[in-house]
Amino acid sequence: MSENNAIINGRTTWEGCSVLLDINDGDRLVFARLSNAAKLKIGNKNYSLQPLIGCAFGSIFQAESGPHGPFLSHSIQGNDKTEEMKEGQVNDEPRDNRALIDNNTAQSLTGDDIEAMRREGARGNEIIEALIANSATFETKTSFSQEKYRLKKQKKYAPKVLMRRPVARSICEAYFKKYPTKIGFLRVDTLSLLLSLANVSSSSDVLVVDMVGGLITGAVAERLGGTGFVCNSYLGKSPHSMDIVRIFNFSDEICKRILRSSISDLLSQNESPEQVLEHTDVCNPESQSNEQTCPSVSVEKISLSSENGISDLGAENTENTNIPSKRVCKAAKAGEKAPPEVIDSWKEDGFSSLIIAAPESDTWTLVKDLLPLLSNSAPFAIYHQYLQPLATCMHNLQVGNMAIGLQITEPWLREYQVLPSRTHPCMQMSAFGGYILSGTKICDIANSIST
Amino acid sequence: MLDTDPAKKLSFNRSISNGDLVIVYERHDNMKAVTISEGSVLQNRFGVFKHSDWIGKPFGSKVFSNKGGFVYLLAPTPELWTLVLSHRTQILYIADISFVVMYLEIVPGCVVLESGTGSGSLSTSLARAVAPTGHVYTFDFHEQRAGSARDDFERTGLHNLVSVGVRDIQGEGFPDEFSGRADAVFLDLPQPWVVIPSAAKMLKQDGTFCSFSPCIEQVQRSCETLQTSFTDIRTFEVLLRTYEVREVKMDGVEGNESGSNGSHPCKRRLCSDGSNVVSSSISSVMARPCGEARGHTGYLTFARLKCLS
Repeated sequence: MSENNAIINGRTTWEGCSVLLDINDGDRLVFARLSNAAKLKIGNKNYSLQPLIGCAFGSIFQAESGPHGPFLSHSIQGNDKTEEMKEGQVNDEPRDNRALIDNNTAQSLTGDDIEAMRREGARGNEIIEALIANSATFETKTSFSQEKYRLKKQKKYAPKVLMRRPVARSICEAYFKKYPTKIGFLRVDTLSLLLSLANVSSSSDVLVVDMVGGLITGAVAERLGGTGFVCNSYLGKSPHSMDIVRIFNFSDEICKRILRSSISDLLSQNESPEQVLEHTDVCNPESQSNEQTCPSVSVEKISLSSENGISDLGAENTENTNIPSKRVCKAAKAGEKAPPEVIDSWKEDGFSSLIIAAPESDTWTLVKDLLPLLSNSAPFAIYHQYLQPLATCMHNLQVGNMAIGLQITEPWLREYQVLPSRTHPCMQMSAFGGYILSGTKICDIANSIST
Repeated sequence: MLDTDPAKKLSFNRSISNGDLVIVYERHDNMKAVTISEGSVLQNRFGVFKHSDWIGKPFGSKVFSNKGGFVYLLAPTPELWTLVLSHRTQILYIADISFVVMYLEIVPGCVVLESGTGSGSLSTSLARAVAPTGHVYTFDFHEQRAGSARDDFERTGLHNLVSVGVRDIQGEGFPDEFSGRADAVFLDLPQPWVVIPSAAKMLKQDGTFCSFSPCIEQVQRSCETLQTSFTDIRTFEVLLRTYEVREVKMDGVEGNESGSNGSHPCKRRLCSDGSNVVSSSISSVMARPCGEARGHTGYLTFARLKCLS
């Protein structure tokens, strides 16, 4: 257990570890798997990721060129720059840009000069200092724009790589920023609300319909921490992609808790007492004990073996630049087909909660089918980019007296720039993070009256 | 609330028993926490409900009073608890709570420090996130408030996951025994910047920090102090807009002679003057934002301990 915790809360990388590389303060975000062979391309140079192995998450690396080619060097986070920022008091600044003439002659250093410096082994920071020394206008800039200038040059001549831990927060933010369509425009605050509203907690069995690349499945599994189950369910025969799950550094214990099942398998064999009541079948609840002998068991075992090939794809890289990972990395093997005995236990006890993010399926049809699989008093949360499917679903749930505490919410998230005398909301924001319909399933009326 | 005991886990076969905490739901804006005690009754505007009638029923049941009024009995969750707990202080609500837990990267096994405890609204969700192997250490300088919070955690069954300490964190900082042990630190204090050096000392490398402040001036000072030993400093405001959904029947009346009105359900009736009137009643489900909303709760400032190794 302690070993598992070390991996979950792992704060130092290892070979085969998945990382999120943040290049130049979010300009580029790359998911990579660390190995001696893995390379990261910045500009036109390839940098080996080998120096990142065994370093702490949160470490910053500087791209440098050395006698043996370009390399990433571990840099210590100082507070030099921030100190300069602090001194930049805007209001009592005598300098301004009235004398600025944009004629491209301010910089006397040429591209050839810089190349020459590089050949002589100048470090990125030295090039930046030379550029500043040779800039005719630098001294006349306000300290704020001096800082901006420095930052711009740093990005070009001394690129910075911040190594982040791939967790639900960073993965969701990275996708939302670079590939929002792959996660159905699910913003991080919306994801956080889904997890809360569905009461995702250790030892719970969470049913999900995840058509957002596995982000929800992964986020739920992270909260379960190797207890309970997350059941990734799907309509029809082919499961939805859960590639994102493999970006998390999940221990085997956690991976074992991520199972897949088709919705029809979950709905078949109405053996649980609840199901029996619902369909008013004349059936003896005792028949549960017989379910191990059901003919469907053998069928499921056959398809189990064909599922095994799905997970291993090697290095993850959203940028599609080449990070070759020749070495077969040990990727998390999550999403096995749910064994029949686990499905039976879900049918008997009911799921603890339900999360749906299925933009391509009819919301009400899904909810109508899946709600009976939840225990009574179980909460559910449904995500959608559009309001109408949720409104219709909410109305039907109300009319059908199937749930209470129904609410449609839309989260709103605004970030602020906080600087001395320069605090204001950020100029750009995400205007939309999706809608959530949430509620609590209640007992069937027939059921509660009869007892 | 977090049932580590499998027998207590929410399930089709789990029913309400004596001593259980239930959330009595009247309406979405009217709920109450009740601990079942066999001889007790609940009295409200719907009449008198006997607890003994509730025992043995499944959670999620609709139960009736002597006058035929009804309520629902729900299993407690941190979200429901936030709606029913007794407010000893201003509390954090679901949008902020959810965002804090996610942004602080709190997962099972984490050690989290919090101050002040207040009414324990956030602590309850923190406890859920660190369970079953982590722990929340929460501090409040108000002895009685800390005591009430402790009672609440006992009542919600979270006492194994949350420890409440009486301590003036602003005056003394966090206890030294937690140095370098915390995965995350959360502050909801009037002068958070005073505690930031102590918070930095408590955190593991790359550990996460959050401060909740209602006023921008507090944020300003906190952010300045954070520069010294933190990085990735970001300030957010998160709010919720809720929607109301209604089925609306709209009458479209057209006085024309040949009424073929496409797909809409039509009713053809003869008017007193003898002309044909097509009256189509269209019913549709529509949604609109609720008129009133919480406009501000507080600013959330997050940061990460600088990595020095």
